[in-house]
Amino acid sequence: MSYFFSNFSYVMQLFGQHLRMTLIVLFISLLISIPLGILVVRVRWLHGPVLSILGVIYTIPSLSLFVLLLPLFGLGLKPAIIALVAYAQLLLVRNWVIGLTSVDKAVLDAARGMGMSSWQRFIQIEFPLALPMLLAGTRLATLSTIGIGTIAAFINAGGLGVLLFQGVITSNYDKIVTGSIAVSALAIATNYLLRFFERRADLVIRGDAK
Amino acid sequence: MQTSKVKPGELTTEGEPTHNNVIRSGEIVCQEVTKHFPENSRPAVDHVSFKVAAGDLVVLLGPSGCGKTTLLKMINRLYEPDQGQIWIGKEDIQTLPVNQLRRQIGYAIQQVGLFPHMTIWRNIAIVPRLLGWDEEKINMRCNLLLELVGLSPTYLGRYPRQLSGGEQQRVGLARALAADPQILLMDEPFAAVDAINRERLQSELLIIHRKLHKTILFVTHDVEEAFRLADKIIILKDGQLIQYGTPVEIVVKPENEFVAELVGSNNLLRKLSLFDVQSLLEAKQYERHNSFSKASFTSIQPQENLRTALSMLLESGAEQLHVVDNKGKSHGVITFQDLHRLLFEQFTSPAAELE
Ligand SMILES: Nc1ncnc2c1ncn2[C@@H]1O[C@H](COP(=O)(O)OP(=O)(O)O)[C@@H](O)[C@H]1O
Ligand SMILES: [Mg+2]
Repeated sequence: MSYFFSNFSYVMQLFGQHLRMTLIVLFISLLISIPLGILVVRVRWLHGPVLSILGVIYTIPSLSLFVLLLPLFGLGLKPAIIALVAYAQLLLVRNWVIGLTSVDKAVLDAARGMGMSSWQRFIQIEFPLALPMLLAGTRLATLSTIGIGTIAAFINAGGLGVLLFQGVITSNYDKIVTGSIAVSALAIATNYLLRFFERRADLVIRGDAK
Repeated sequence: MQTSKVKPGELTTEGEPTHNNVIRSGEIVCQEVTKHFPENSRPAVDHVSFKVAAGDLVVLLGPSGCGKTTLLKMINRLYEPDQGQIWIGKEDIQTLPVNQLRRQIGYAIQQVGLFPHMTIWRNIAIVPRLLGWDEEKINMRCNLLLELVGLSPTYLGRYPRQLSGGEQQRVGLARALAADPQILLMDEPFAAVDAINRERLQSELLIIHRKLHKTILFVTHDVEEAFRLADKIIILKDGQLIQYGTPVEIVVKPENEFVAELVGSNNLLRKLSLFDVQSLLEAKQYERHNSFSKASFTSIQPQENLRTALSMLLESGAEQLHVVDNKGKSHGVITFQDLHRLLFEQFTSPAAELE
């Protein structure tokens, strides 16, 4: 661990880069997956094709996807973010769609029968009731982004992956351990935080929130 | 269970501006209404025509799958008919803005469909809020409605999950009444409630109906329930209207073998069990000859059914039963003769007078 203490500010800088990359990816991913999920629920026949495509993307090995994007976007953060956003879609869309489709039909029937417009139904009923599933998807997608994000260092996107790659090349185990611990710490903290929100949302929809 | 102390006047919202009401009448007219789901071979609702007078409680009765729900859902336009028209008062509902229409028609369903993430207050307040009522008025209304359906106002802050099935159904009823609609659509609202609570809810619905004079279209497949509640009954089979009449008419003059079978017209005791003492008194009332003899000591309550009345007559050997409610108030007498005449149609029924 001596590497960590002697290079504290450098490690923190990489940690910051990693966190920033993750947040950007998360933001863009949600911006795409929320409307995409709603579309898939409203236009039923899209369900199969869209989820298959996202499934296929998810199975492309990350290193090859980064490399495939090189000729189009060059090196750096941009191709990394594009690839990570593409990966995150499967987990987000799948969970969000499950959340939306599992809202009790009787509840929606009552809402429609009482004269709530489709927008009012979405905001007041469907969104809050599907939120725990969306948050669960968000948590999984974030953890996966943090993990796969380490590989992004290979195309000069920065982040904690830098420590891992440098450590492997220079056989510096201390560096590898430092990088691994930092990534794990980020993942565990994120998991804990998102889990907290997920539980809250779950209590709210079950009518148990204090 | 508390009996409600709410006075009728408090439950209507006369002060409301009426200019934005799209519904100005409680009368419902269906003409040749037909709905054919593409996946089925025959129409779910098949050229159905009927007229419900404002303030009547009409029950749609028929076996499961006969099109009751489909017909009901066409009245608040959750389904659109393929053919035919529906009017509320003078308005063809197709010409009305659909969400406005629904906000002015109460809707209660078997699964209740309360919003699990909202308090009881928020659930009841949905339509009043859509209509832009102010908070204070909604609060008053919520308190009144809970009292009306026999729940304590402390329930307002609770969540649906914390309530029993019967209590949830009461909230469902309060929610349907929230914005004081002239018309209530109820789709098997008590079917999932246990027998004891179902009977209570039925009596309370009748009390509420008498107080508020809403037009109620009530769907059920339960013959006893239909006869307990209905001013008139519509019998449906395979999407077609088979018979429309008062309970007495349906029992005494079933349109065909299907109706006779359904209501058990071939079985005298079963027929008697469908009516309560009160309804016999009401039928007799049209004749204004209440021979009342002080000699009768055997008494019966108005809500008991006539089968019980018959067995009491047989057991006591008395000529007549004295009808006394649980507050000791006398309502008249019923005799063997009366039972006989009810079964074999010698009363001039109120419905017969209208024809
Ligand atoms: N949304 C729907 N799509 C297709 N068929 C339907 C739909 N709703 C009802 N049906 C069919 O229409 C018929 C009448 O159904 P319904 O009105 O629900 O009957 P009930 O309420 O009397 O049990 C049934 O055969 C049912 O399968
Ligand atoms: Mg039904």
